[in-house]
This record gives sequence, structure tokens and C-alpha cells, in this order.
Amino acid sequence: MNLLDYVVLLGTMLGIALYGMWLTRGRHNLDSYLRGSGDSRWFVVGLSVMATQASAVTFLSTPGQGFASGLGFIQIYFGMPIALIIIAAVFLPIYRRLNVITAYEYLGQRFDTKARLLGAAIFLLQRGLGAGITIYAPAIVLSTVFGWRLDVTIICSGLVVIAYTVSGGSDAVNVTQKYQIGVIFAGMLAACVVLLHKLPAGLGLTDALTLAGGMHKLQAVNFSTDPRERYTLWSGVLGATFLMLAYFGTDQSQVQRYISGASLRESRLGLMFNAVFKIPMQFFILSLGVLLFLFYQFEKPPVYFNEVEWKHQAEHGDASRLQAIETDFAAAHDRERQQLETWLNARRTGNSAAETAARAAVSAAHEEVETVRAQAEMAVDPTGKKKDTDYVFITFILDYLPHGLIGLLVATFFAAALSAKAAELNALGSATTVDIYRHVIKRQASDAHYLAASKWFTVFWGLVSISFALSATLAENLIQAVNIIGSIFYPVMLGLFVVGFFLRRIGGTAVFWGALATQVLVIALFFRLNISYLWYNLIGCAACVLFSAVLQMWLGPNNRSTPTPAQS
Amino acid sequence: MKPPDDKTAGSSSATPEPADSDPRDTGLPLLRTWRGIYLFVFGCFVLWVVLLTMLTMIFP
Repeated sequence: MNLLDYVVLLGTMLGIALYGMWLTRGRHNLDSYLRGSGDSRWFVVGLSVMATQASAVTFLSTPGQGFASGLGFIQIYFGMPIALIIIAAVFLPIYRRLNVITAYEYLGQRFDTKARLLGAAIFLLQRGLGAGITIYAPAIVLSTVFGWRLDVTIICSGLVVIAYTVSGGSDAVNVTQKYQIGVIFAGMLAACVVLLHKLPAGLGLTDALTLAGGMHKLQAVNFSTDPRERYTLWSGVLGATFLMLAYFGTDQSQVQRYISGASLRESRLGLMFNAVFKIPMQFFILSLGVLLFLFYQFEKPPVYFNEVEWKHQAEHGDASRLQAIETDFAAAHDRERQQLETWLNARRTGNSAAETAARAAVSAAHEEVETVRAQAEMAVDPTGKKKDTDYVFITFILDYLPHGLIGLLVATFFAAALSAKAAELNALGSATTVDIYRHVIKRQASDAHYLAASKWFTVFWGLVSISFALSATLAENLIQAVNIIGSIFYPVMLGLFVVGFFLRRIGGTAVFWGALATQVLVIALFFRLNISYLWYNLIGCAACVLFSAVLQMWLGPNNRSTPTPAQS
Repeated sequence: MKPPDDKTAGSSSATPEPADSDPRDTGLPLLRTWRGIYLFVFGCFVLWVVLLTMLTMIFP
């Protein structure tokens, strides 16, 4: 980054902060702080929902996922359109009719206090752990730009996001998110253009697709029925539908976004906007990762994309070993590039025998490159847990985009990461205040008291997420880690709501113990089975419904049943 | 908003609103019913899966 980048960076950050504060000035009551002003149009609702889910984690981590594993990750989004249709048709009218601030208020009204508290507790546990992962996003940006250690940037960005959230509230998140997402998309388009421009001359679209396909990066749909395969059509359509149902339908950070719509129509259209555009958006972001992969076949990448960590190891570890790895990597990468050119020449001459041989040689050379990269990962972390794919896109931005645009993109990435974290902490603070503090600890207090309490809970959760991030080591990239944690806790939460909506004969006691038993089962299965994490969403939800029904039969008829939309 | 009273939890006053009692007009020029919008969204999803499957098969 040069002076121009730093000027743009500072200007953009200050502009976003001041604009958000100006638009949300004078908001002092609990309801507008937690839920927003409730006058958002569908486009704002749609962008807000998209930005809360997409956030900087998606923009940083998903190109890296495409770089490492190709397009297959898109199958996790196959469940989203189906889930959003169900939420728009069933969940949303209920939330709006009951005028709830948190989704768990519904559980209290449908069942009883303990079911509501259980729902809120599962959300807090899951989202609190998730917050410890998403705090990595702004920290990675800071670490890469300024060359600071990740633990330092986790603390810095964590404190900044706490201040941002406590001073802003929901609307400040909304008003800045829509502009941030626009700038990020523009930046990603610019990155795409630069990538296409920097690919070798003469490499046409068909050549590029053939190379990417030949290196297994274009396997977007996998029809395998093996449950151990993480992303398949079936785990996407069945398992991910339940994951998305739980995330969009019961996670307070999302429910808070779409219940802020001016009317049911605005909220529904906002959700449908996401249902239509999410898959193409993710396709574009993953394709950017595939393009990055192709680009780095011809341009030598760093052997380890987290260059700050690499330099730290070189300074404090076995420098000669790292030097040897770098030398091996350069040689292996050079051999792979030569084999790729041989393959392309064979394609152009139409010599199919030579093409087949060259393709096999490329595969062998690529394996060699990957072996050296694995050695580099082991050199940084002997357990091999630390991954560097989250650093791929930000490294490309800093190394290859024009100055000025680098500053703008870094600022927007950081701001988007702050906004997503702010939305997350805001949801944690509001659920703790409304569902636990106001409901159990202090029932009769002023609005100002609850608003102050909500801000203190936001600070508390911010500190929890910083502590978790400092003590944990990410074994997956960010985008997968967030979804894995969600898949352990979401199924039970979804099960609570499914029973509430569709099974009117089941009461609070049965669903409470059924949900607890299911949570134990899902955690046990997660550690015992070797299947795609997406399946736990289906298994957990089904188990919660089944356990609750069996328990209710054992307890006898529930006399406090409520008519449900499916049956009324 | 007051905390929900446990004694009334699950009572008919908290009955969720049926989904089909919502206003049917979407306000959109071509897709005037919610059912139409849901079918459109589902159609887009199917189209994307077909296109992605074709991509997978053409460049294996």
C-alpha cells in the first residue's frame, strides 16, 4: 500500500463511521436500538440480510475456498431458496403478528419460559462461539495490510467493533452495510477484470475452463450418495435446507434484519431477493477463487499466503528449513507451469495423445506443488491445523490491484467485517437482554435501563469473542468453520420452532427435554461419525421432533396447546 | 414491550397468524401473488442447478 491507499483507507473509514452516526443520531430507546426503526424497504431488508450472511467472512474466505477446492462449495447454498420460501410463507407472518423483538419470544408464547430460555441459550452459545471465529475476518485484513501478528489484530479489531456496535445499533449497521456491499462487489469485479487481464496471452475462455476442469476446480455439482463427502447435491438440498432454515428462520442476527421491514410485503420481498441472487453471487465469488487458482498457476504465489506468520517463523524458527521449502516450491511451481504450457500447446495442435500425456504430467506436477505447500503448513504449525486459504484473496488485492483501489477495498473489507461483527454482537446483546435479563433477572425496569444493559451485554459478548479467538486455532477456513459450528447447534433450535409451528399437541416440557436430548445426541454424533456436517441439520431437527413427540406421548395430553398456522 | 406472562403462554391470544391470511397482492407488476413469486424463485433455483450440472459435465 502507498500513500494514496492510506489516504483512501482513512477517508473511507471515517466517511462510513460519520455517515452511520449521522443517520442514526437521536436513537435512544431500546426498541429502535435492537430492532431498527422498522421502516426499511424491501431492497434495504434484502441487502441487510445478504450483508449479514455474506459479510467480510464470505468475501475474504470464499475465494480462498474456490482457490483450494473449486466450485463444489456452492452446493451448500442449494438449500437456501427452499428455506427462504418456507420462512417467508410460514415463519415471517408469525414473527410480525406477534411483534417480537427476538425470535425466542415466540417460543415463550407458544410453549413456556424454559423453552424460550433454552432457545435463547442455544443461540447465545452457538453465536458466541461463531463470533469468536468471525472476529478473524477484520483481524486478517489488518494483519495482512499492516504486517502485525494475528493475535494483536484480533484484540485491536475486537475493541473497535465493540465501540462501533455500542455507539451505533441496528440502523447504523443497516445504513452502512448497503454501501459497503456495493463497494465490495465493485472491487471484486475489478479484481476479476485484473485477473482476466493478467492471465497469459492466448489463454482463451475454453482453455481456461479446460485447465480448471482438468484440475478438478469446476465440479460444481456432485451426485455422490456417500454421506462422508462434505458437499454433494443431496447434502446441499436436504441437509443445507435445514441449516438455512435454522440460520435465517431462528438465528436472531438474521431475524432481526428482516423483521425491521416496513411491512410483511417488504420483509418477504427482501428474503426473496436473497433467494434469487444468493446462488449466482456465490458462484461469482467461488469463480473468482478458481480464476485466482488459474492465475497462480502461471504467476508464482507465496508458498504460504499468511506471509506475516511465515516471516515470524523465519525470524523465530528454523529459517534454513523455510528457505529450503521456498526453493523447492519455486522449482515445483516452475515445472508445473511448463507442463501447463505443454498441455495448452497440445490442445492447440489437436494432438489428443500428447494432450492426455501432458494432462497427466500436469496432475503429477500439481501434486508436487501441493506436497511442498503442505510442508510449508507443517513448518508454520506442526499440527498442520493452520490454513492459509483465507489470505489468498487479500494477498492478491495487495499485490496486483491498482493503488487507490487497494485502499478503498481494504477499507470496505474492514468496514464490512466490522458491520457483520456489529450485527452479530448486537443480536447477542439483544437476545441476552430481552430473553434472559428482562425475562428472568430484572422484570420491571425502565427502557433506558434495558438499553444500557443491552450495551453492556454487547461489550461482554465482544470480549468473549476476542478471548475465544485468541485461544482457538482454526482447523478450517472461516467460511466452513462458521457453518460447522452452526450445524452442531442450529438443528436443535430449528427443531424447537418446527414443533412450535406444526405440532400443536406438544407442550413446553416435552419439547424442552426433547431438545436437550437432541443436543447431546448431535454433539455425540459429531465426534463419533465421519459424515458431512450438513447432515446433522436434518438429523438433529428430525430427532428433536421425534423425541418431543415421544416424550409428549409419555407425559400425556398437553392441555395448553395452541393452534398453529399449519393446522388452523 | 412487556415480558410475556408465563401464565398466558400458549394461550389463544398468542395464536400465530395463518400464513394465507396475509395480503395477497405483492405489488409487483408481473408476479402478483406470493405463490407466483415462490414458484419463480424455485424455478430460478432449478435453472441454476441445471446450469451448474452442465458446467460440471462439460468440463469434467
